[in-house]
Amino acid sequence: MSDISVGTEIPALELPPISRGTLALYAGASGDHNPVHIDSDVAKQAGMPDVFAQGMLSMAYLARMLTNWQPQAKLRKFSNRFAAITHLQDVITCSGKVVELIEQNGEVLARCEIQAAKATGEQTLVGEALVAI
Amino acid sequence: MLDKNKIGHEFPSFDVEIEKGRLRFFAKAIGETNPIYTDESAARSVGYKAIPAPPTFMFSVDLEGPELLPVLDLLDLDIGRILHGSQEFEYLGQIYAGDRITQQSKIVDIFDKKGGALEFVVQESTYTNQNEELVGRAQQTLVYRN
Repeated sequence: MSDISVGTEIPALELPPISRGTLALYAGASGDHNPVHIDSDVAKQAGMPDVFAQGMLSMAYLARMLTNWQPQAKLRKFSNRFAAITHLQDVITCSGKVVELIEQNGEVLARCEIQAAKATGEQTLVGEALVAI
Repeated sequence: MLDKNKIGHEFPSFDVEIEKGRLRFFAKAIGETNPIYTDESAARSVGYKAIPAPPTFMFSVDLEGPELLPVLDLLDLDIGRILHGSQEFEYLGQIYAGDRITQQSKIVDIFDKKGGALEFVVQESTYTNQNEELVGRAQQTLVYRN
């Protein structure tokens, strides 16, 4: 039997401060070569104070939180909206909790509300995951 | 205003080889330390047939197409005014190292808010492996600032 129920908290994942090196590595590994994330000259031309994090980097962090908690094979659906930009040196923490148990295609799924947020509490990603239990 | 006649437009599909080394690099870049994402025997020991692509890697499959963001040309968009509004993944199977994934994408909606100040482009993509199994779906919303 699963001990997952409404109110169960997903163990939070706190990331190291966002660095230029992290952004460069993610650009190469993900294939997102948009220069606003890796070249501060381009970022400034676009009106930003400096390079800033790829939204999908934080979504990958949310995915890490989910697969640290439950095996990836149990993940059915995963979505978020991008609510705020993540800047250099921001410390992002991913968290979430089970808000509902639903049945779909003969399986019980935990519907989880998930988020990524800065140390100030400002949410950067807000989303939802469906995980089989 | 963006051309709403492009709703329903299908982009040419393309194939992507999922390379083990690329998945290891991706795992390193996101700080993933679970050995199933880098070590084939660790992945097999817990029931995966090879190293699994992490949940958001489907988005990287999109970026391997012949043209980076083909929607830019189709709708005549300026890349500097685009924001990633939202992203959704649905998992019907698993993408593994060694797979050849066929990506097919289309525009399913174009709409505006705030009297046209913001426009939204919704794209849906499917991911099918070499055995013709549909392993995933994605939906992406781009926000365009006019």
